[in-house]
Amino acid sequence: MSERKGYILFIDVEPNTGLKKALTKKRTEVIADIRNSGLKGRGGAGFPTGVKWNLAASASSDTKYVVCNADEGEPGTFKDRVILSEYTDDLLEGITIAGYAIGAETGIIYLRGEYEYLKKQIVDTIDKRRSEGWLGKNVGGKEVFNFDIEIRMGSGAYVCGEETALIESLEGQRGEPRNRPPFPVNTGFMGCPTIVNNVETLVTASRIIAKGVDWFTKYGIDKSTGTKVYSISGDCEKPGVYEFNIGITIAELLKEVGGGNAKAVVMGGASGRVVPAKDFAKTVAYVDAPTGGSVIVLGQERDMLDVAENFLEFFVEESCGQCTPCREGNPLLLDGVKRLKNGTCSMEYLQELMSLAETMQLASKCGLGQSSPNAFLSIIEHFETEIFGRVPVM
Amino acid sequence: MLMTERQTQADTIEALAKKFGKDRTGLMPILQEIQAKYKHISDFAMQEIARELDIHPVEVYSVISFYAFLRSKQTGKFVIRLCRTLSCEMAGKKRVARQLENELGVAFGETTSDGRFTLEYANCLGLCDQGPAMLVNDVAFTEVTPEKVHEIIQECKRTFSVYAQEVQKHV
Repeated sequence: MSERKGYILFIDVEPNTGLKKALTKKRTEVIADIRNSGLKGRGGAGFPTGVKWNLAASASSDTKYVVCNADEGEPGTFKDRVILSEYTDDLLEGITIAGYAIGAETGIIYLRGEYEYLKKQIVDTIDKRRSEGWLGKNVGGKEVFNFDIEIRMGSGAYVCGEETALIESLEGQRGEPRNRPPFPVNTGFMGCPTIVNNVETLVTASRIIAKGVDWFTKYGIDKSTGTKVYSISGDCEKPGVYEFNIGITIAELLKEVGGGNAKAVVMGGASGRVVPAKDFAKTVAYVDAPTGGSVIVLGQERDMLDVAENFLEFFVEESCGQCTPCREGNPLLLDGVKRLKNGTCSMEYLQELMSLAETMQLASKCGLGQSSPNAFLSIIEHFETEIFGRVPVM
Repeated sequence: MLMTERQTQADTIEALAKKFGKDRTGLMPILQEIQAKYKHISDFAMQEIARELDIHPVEVYSVISFYAFLRSKQTGKFVIRLCRTLSCEMAGKKRVARQLENELGVAFGETTSDGRFTLEYANCLGLCDQGPAMLVNDVAFTEVTPEKVHEIIQECKRTFSVYAQEVQKHV
């Protein structure tokens, strides 16, 4: 199968090992396994998966949904593309296990429109699993467990990776995030209890059931168990998708990909933070330098203001426009970066912008607006010496 | 639009509504299929979709205007989307962009006068390890160089008729 080097995700497991095991257990036992494993959402937010499943499982409703979030849109993230194309079967198995655990009959994969070329393979694999009895009525011969998976496409909106915006989009609406609470685990797709899990999370869950909680918790560090799949791009010799133990330091990671001489790395894409070389001893984990998997390596010659400008242009375009801090704040920050590049920004004005950025972090409605000033703020914090008094290039 | 064309489009929409369900959840897939087939969603199509789903046409327009891949204005047969996000930018996106404009004779956001090509930017295509990347309709091109741009566009022109049929089969 795959030649990728891995520990948990990038390994070969006999198909349906996890699902077969899950079906011999009670639903509550499956959820307990996931909870005991300490698995956290691999999309970036890091919410404990077992807790999410348990909430949806205990919500009272006849209809429940499992939604696989394959709307990977964070700049610098492409690990789900690799998982979707190389571990399709394992992903569908994971979705089915989640369906069994929470008592759902329908799984929906929300695939980003940019990955239309992956759709056929996924649909074919769904059909194959249905013909083998791993989807449909009495899945795997288990009485009264009916489950099927459908695929729905996105249409080029970054914000739809936010779970409530994704659900709005599935319901045929503009992808504008909802207020939370209520959370999707109670009131999700069509008002029914719904779990929204990232692609990597679902494959990892199937591995945990297949190979056991003890095997899984051997990897990672105390509060963040397991491994993580990273998308690494930018100024390095071997960009690509890698699986590393959680707890690896940035320096170790850079050594693996041949990016040793980096000036900084962007952890977590446009909504993440810029980490300067002096902090490369930090570990890549939820507690220290978190990332949904996006690592962009910046070489010595890179201009940090170019980075900030690129990300803010991104957010100006992708803000859904629903709430004021995000809609109005991002263009102002972008303008500020342009002023810095032209050498026409005073310290006083920059301080005003930084206070605006903090307001955006606090007052925006969803994660997009709350995290959009992160890169801007971290660049100002760490690279103050190179941003003032610029002479513009004519 | 000719009456017969209207009728064909109305029939298509009716069939899609039957396939995806006449409630609001069917809206996105219907719009996506119409977009793929007609390269835009016309006022007439919006009204027909609204009628099938029993919602106001402005609701349909509201959804179209939200999503980058759905259009109310005609686009070219080939929509070229060049990734403008950081990794591709660092890999040399600017020169590829310049050459695309040179080859097509239009700026980003425009469609060629023969209606064949629409050129635009896209946000992260998820091909950051192989940048600069771009999509031509649904097909991904990676490690694009300014020299390759000419080739890719010529290839589009050559396969134009073949590809047009391919798109229609898709619906």
